[in-house]
Amino acid sequence: MTPISSAQRQYLKKKKQDNRIVVFVRIFIFLIFLCLWEISTNLNILDSFIFSSPSRVCRTIYQMYQEHALLPHIGVTLLETFLSFACVLVLGMACAVLLWSFPLVSRIVEPYLVVLNSLPKSALAPLLIVWLGANTRTIVVAGMSVAIFGTIISLYSGFLEIDPDKLKLIATLGGGKWDCLTKVVLPASIPLILSVMKVNIGLCLVGVIIGEFIGARQGLGYLIIYGTQVFKLDWVMMSIVILCIAATALYGILNLLEKNYRKRH
Amino acid sequence: MQNLLEFKDVCLSYHTPERETYALSHLSFCAKEGEFLAIVGPSGCGKSTLLNLICGLLKPEQGEIRIHGIPLAQSHMNIGYMLQRDHLFDWRTIYKNVLLGLEIQHQTTPEKIKYVDNLLAAYGLDKFKDAYPSQLSGGMRQRAALIRTLAMEPDLLLLDEPFSALDYQTRLNVSDDIGIIIRQEKKTAILVTHDISEAISMADRVLILTSRPAHLKKQITIDLEIANRTPMSSRNAPKFKHYFNLIWKELNNDDSHLVRTAAISEKEKAR
Ligand SMILES: Nc1ncnc2c1ncn2[C@@H]1O[C@H](COP(=O)(O)OP(=O)(O)OP(=O)(O)O)[C@@H](O)[C@H]1O
Ligand SMILES: [Mg+2]
Repeated sequence: MTPISSAQRQYLKKKKQDNRIVVFVRIFIFLIFLCLWEISTNLNILDSFIFSSPSRVCRTIYQMYQEHALLPHIGVTLLETFLSFACVLVLGMACAVLLWSFPLVSRIVEPYLVVLNSLPKSALAPLLIVWLGANTRTIVVAGMSVAIFGTIISLYSGFLEIDPDKLKLIATLGGGKWDCLTKVVLPASIPLILSVMKVNIGLCLVGVIIGEFIGARQGLGYLIIYGTQVFKLDWVMMSIVILCIAATALYGILNLLEKNYRKRH
Repeated sequence: MQNLLEFKDVCLSYHTPERETYALSHLSFCAKEGEFLAIVGPSGCGKSTLLNLICGLLKPEQGEIRIHGIPLAQSHMNIGYMLQRDHLFDWRTIYKNVLLGLEIQHQTTPEKIKYVDNLLAAYGLDKFKDAYPSQLSGGMRQRAALIRTLAMEPDLLLLDEPFSALDYQTRLNVSDDIGIIIRQEKKTAILVTHDISEAISMADRVLILTSRPAHLKKQITIDLEIANRTPMSSRNAPKFKHYFNLIWKELNNDDSHLVRTAAISEKEKAR
């Protein structure tokens, strides 16, 4: 390594300083927001009954935790999200591979996929409840419905973008369609799959909450609906705060996975 | 010597919704066992098409291709094809890349792997076995691609402008390297190139194709009259220039061009 010149050192120092400012201001804004919320509800500028307040949210979390009433709700929502995420992953991959293997099939179903993808999925949720009943399966299906069509379309168009010469190489080595799939298409699509999944985990959470709004006895979505019905807005606020944390954490996990993969390659 | 490969009157067109492209027209030639053939011709004339036919990726619409006298489809000869770019897979190590063909053919036997190990050692890539393609220079990548092809122990080697993605300096070195490797392994090879010097320096015989639809215009046997020729030493041979001019003239002497020069000389006569 060559010794770092003073100009480079200065540049790095400036960069570090900027980063510190960004993080500091971010946290500062968050704290200001919490303080304003707390103070304005304390001074009755905002009605704490409707708007809740940070302290009331904390108290509710603590209380519900003590009564063993909180973790089951969070657990159910997360479980349903993971289930629908896994189903989307498996089903989406399977369909995309199928479309890639049979170009004629893909031409036939393309308009259907586009329509289903642009359909607002919340319109389907009430129907799903009627068809499948108010149970976990319905909610998992609701979660899947939001992500599945987009997943198939993105994966399939990603598969099509693979360099045809790479497929020709496999053919010159005597390989068939299966070798093209396992040796080129799938390995080359791993970055795409990871980034699609990163989006999916959030979409599945959205779908699950929609499902829980209408057909659940448990879960954060249920807590939000029930809270508004009995005017316990502390519950609603608390659920939203927990959802924020959960969504960030889930995204973070997949982001970490992706970064980890990038580093190795 | 027996003919390893024989093209008899081969025709082929490409069909797309917009048009039909007539690529090869009544093309006939043959390649002898152990011979190094170079094919030159105007760009877009159908050189890659020709190699795709030999490799079995395309089927002739007319005429036939025979290997050792047997129709191509029935022959089980191993044919290696080296493409213009190396197409090493970024997600595999060099070693795994080189073994790709054997893996596809389910032939990863200890003897075959030993053969590949020997090739890697002989051509200076054994230190880079566990490296990823992005860590190698262009020349080394091309060598790895050649070893990937040689790993299948092909009896016939097809090379489609394998050096054209390299810069000039690397290109000279790598074509020298690869020319020597192919001669050492005693392979029959067919090289498609745009570069006349490359064709002369590497080949025993140069086939010149017409513009599309391609058929054989002329073949020139290269005899540089030097011992132990390598691509590098060939370039310095006294007769090199003679062959260069010969091929250059043939290539520029396209039919349309011929008609024009004929017209001009007619005019001159009239004056
Ligand atoms: N898959 C295809 N569909 C339709 N036309 C094609 C196809 N492949 C090649 N062609 C056309 O056939 C002709 C011959 O193509 P080919 O690739 O064999 O030429 P080439 O001599 O290898 O060209 P180059 O010097 O550019 O490598 C070209 O005009 C090309 O446009
Ligand atoms: Mg070509």
